[in-house]
Amino acid sequence: MPTFVRTEKCDGCKGQDKTACMYICPHDLMKLDKDGTYTGHAMKAFNQEPDQCWECYSCVKICPQGAIEARHYADIVPLGGSVQPMRGSDSIMWTIKFRNGVVKRFKFPIRTTAEGSIDPYGGKPMPKLSQLAETGSFTRDVMGGFRAGNPAELIRK
Amino acid sequence: MAGTFENPEIVQEELDILIVGGGMAACGCGFEIMRWAEAVKAETGKELKIKLVDKAALDRSGAVAMGLSAINTYIGPRQDPADYARMVSNDLMGITRDDLAYDLGRNVDDSVHLFEEWGLPIWKTDANGVRHDGADAIKEGLPALKDGGEPVRSGKWQIMINGESYKWIVAEAAKKALGLERIQERVFIVHLINDKNDPHRIAGAAGFSVRENKIYIYKAKAIMLAAGGCVNLFRPRSVGEGQGRAWYPVWNAGSTYAMAAEAGAELTMMENRFVPARFKDGYGPVGAWFLLFKAQAVNANGEVYMQKNKELLNDYPPYGQAAVPASCLRNHLMLKEMKEGRGPIMMDTVTALAKLRETLTPKEVKHLEAEAWEDFLDMCIGQCGVWVGENIEPEKKNSELMPTEPYLLGSHSGCCGIWVSGPTDVGAPTDEAMPGVPEHLPRGWNWGYRSMTTVKGLFTAGDGVGASGHKFSSGSHAEGRMAAKAMVKYCIDNPDLKPEFDETPEQIAEAIWKPVRNFLEHKDYTTAIDVNPNYITPRMLQFRLQKIMDEYVAGVATYYNTNDVLLKMAEEKLEMLKEDAQKMRAKDLHELLRAWENYHRILTAEAHMKHIQFREESRYPGFYYRTDKNFIDEQNWHCFVNSIYDKKTKKWTVFKRAHVDLVDKSKLFKQAAH
Repeated sequence: MPTFVRTEKCDGCKGQDKTACMYICPHDLMKLDKDGTYTGHAMKAFNQEPDQCWECYSCVKICPQGAIEARHYADIVPLGGSVQPMRGSDSIMWTIKFRNGVVKRFKFPIRTTAEGSIDPYGGKPMPKLSQLAETGSFTRDVMGGFRAGNPAELIRK
Repeated sequence: MAGTFENPEIVQEELDILIVGGGMAACGCGFEIMRWAEAVKAETGKELKIKLVDKAALDRSGAVAMGLSAINTYIGPRQDPADYARMVSNDLMGITRDDLAYDLGRNVDDSVHLFEEWGLPIWKTDANGVRHDGADAIKEGLPALKDGGEPVRSGKWQIMINGESYKWIVAEAAKKALGLERIQERVFIVHLINDKNDPHRIAGAAGFSVRENKIYIYKAKAIMLAAGGCVNLFRPRSVGEGQGRAWYPVWNAGSTYAMAAEAGAELTMMENRFVPARFKDGYGPVGAWFLLFKAQAVNANGEVYMQKNKELLNDYPPYGQAAVPASCLRNHLMLKEMKEGRGPIMMDTVTALAKLRETLTPKEVKHLEAEAWEDFLDMCIGQCGVWVGENIEPEKKNSELMPTEPYLLGSHSGCCGIWVSGPTDVGAPTDEAMPGVPEHLPRGWNWGYRSMTTVKGLFTAGDGVGASGHKFSSGSHAEGRMAAKAMVKYCIDNPDLKPEFDETPEQIAEAIWKPVRNFLEHKDYTTAIDVNPNYITPRMLQFRLQKIMDEYVAGVATYYNTNDVLLKMAEEKLEMLKEDAQKMRAKDLHELLRAWENYHRILTAEAHMKHIQFREESRYPGFYYRTDKNFIDEQNWHCFVNSIYDKKTKKWTVFKRAHVDLVDKSKLFKQAAH
């Protein structure tokens, strides 16, 4: 299936035209069942094509209600385990439950700046069009990442 | 007027530059291009009209959607771009474009330094050799890479990151640079349009919304096509729910290769494929286990196959003598054990972790355990799903490895893709030494604009650029930036260019909507919506493609073996499949998405099959074998295999191009064994 939506937790993103999971799924799998035609649960989201799910967890991580989980591929994985994240602004917390009951928790950083704080061109040079034919990006002289290389290595030059 | 499923609305827009795709390459392109567009405005007063169109949402689209635990291409101050070009060549069995790899090598670190500035946590090593995660490193006051910080290398070219939000961060920079008004999400571009006055020039692109009944037709002078590689063109090892657990993203449908081919762009090395050996079923990464935790892979008897079978490497000089054997050759050594019944292949995580524990404090052990899990959680959560379900704690229980179904891509350890114009300052050939290249195609390796395909105005990056490879996330971003600059230059150099379509908008719209028409016209003929002699569901068509590729074109069913007779049969079957693709149905917009994805998969698969058929040797032992030509033939086949497709006749022309080394490759090899 991979990801599934908990009936009692999903609020259909409060009647907006599209849900957060629909917005984010890279493979267009999540669908809002507006009138319950598909699932019997009106105004709830569902995974419309479970065998195309990459288990990328984009929907799980973005759901504001924490309503989405994964039941790992039924044709491969024994039942009973779960892998569930809580994604915050600077870190993500994972709770991992094994089939045999063992539980592990891990927390990892995800970002060292505030979300939305990137200023892409702040402090960066304005290039000249005369530089268009040169190699290197407009940040070549400020980011310290251009590796000019030893010219002797180019044996046909 | 809102469109309906029966009568979609047609939206037309004129642009200077269109970016197709939303992954790392497209984000790099968007970031770089807007700064140059500002420069154009400042110096000439002209405003370039630019748009990025993505079939998903930029925050989580492309191969980095889930995140990554490492950046696999970071050169650093102590390695040379030539070393990088050599590594790329070595892993791809000698047939790569040094000009493209070298150029990428000198530019890629710029992007990595930006990622860190934007907020991507990058692991660091302190003066005592202790490693710190990306957030801890900042608390400890360790410098950024840009300022001399030491990354944690998990390999010669790889650095470790806390990359859950890698794509989110890179997308934020691209979105801020472009502005939301220049981004169109959930529109799937499926077709490129050539110019009426010059069949070898691009004029536009068309697609549809997966949310509304709308067809979008863009006219543009320059287009960057960066829509990823190709996944699930072969029958996957898991055919139930697990077929979604592809190693590469399941939404990569070969759109880059198929659309470029139909527009007349020259493809290169489409015979190349990647068959990663990964943790079985979950396809979790093995790199950190081999390189960081020093684990070994063994057969059923506990024997290390890389040692046991090392003499097999001598069958493939000089490549077998490389200090690090190519990925395909490592598979070749593994496959011998599997074919002879000495499977399973196990990653010995228990021994590796026990050894590390001998020298570590309990705190360090706990840290190590977290690192091992993070490796999966950052980029392959499904593998954790397998481990928790099977009660696999890596310190207590070893895990099985398995070579996957084949994948086509140009950014990871693969090099299929599009033939592009390279840099002019690295000594690349300016003429073609090999006869048989169609007259209208360029002779040398550069023709004016970096990253431009052989179709004027059509550019590519990432998985789209063939004959290079090993660019990964960072390199794809850097390549998108190179294409951005070149597209701006192209627009400035051609101010009076007025693209004109060689098809009418109505023809384009009808072709795009055909699967819907097939459905609406025939749906009431039978009582079962999926069984109808007048149409085929995209899902069944995909199964048919996968079955052909698996059984005839060296999939897992035959242990990656094929031969000239099997290929001839595949050729016929694929032709009929391509014909039947015109009868695909779409009962809703979601199925229309799948229909077009599968059309792109078919063309990509056909290119793959034709190239394998043309190359009369087995260049990539371990990835595929032509049992009728089961050797590497340096004398006749140390060359590129390229092709063009004629969209009118629907036929391929396949031909050779000469290979030339721009850096000395002899440094790679030990003395040949005698």
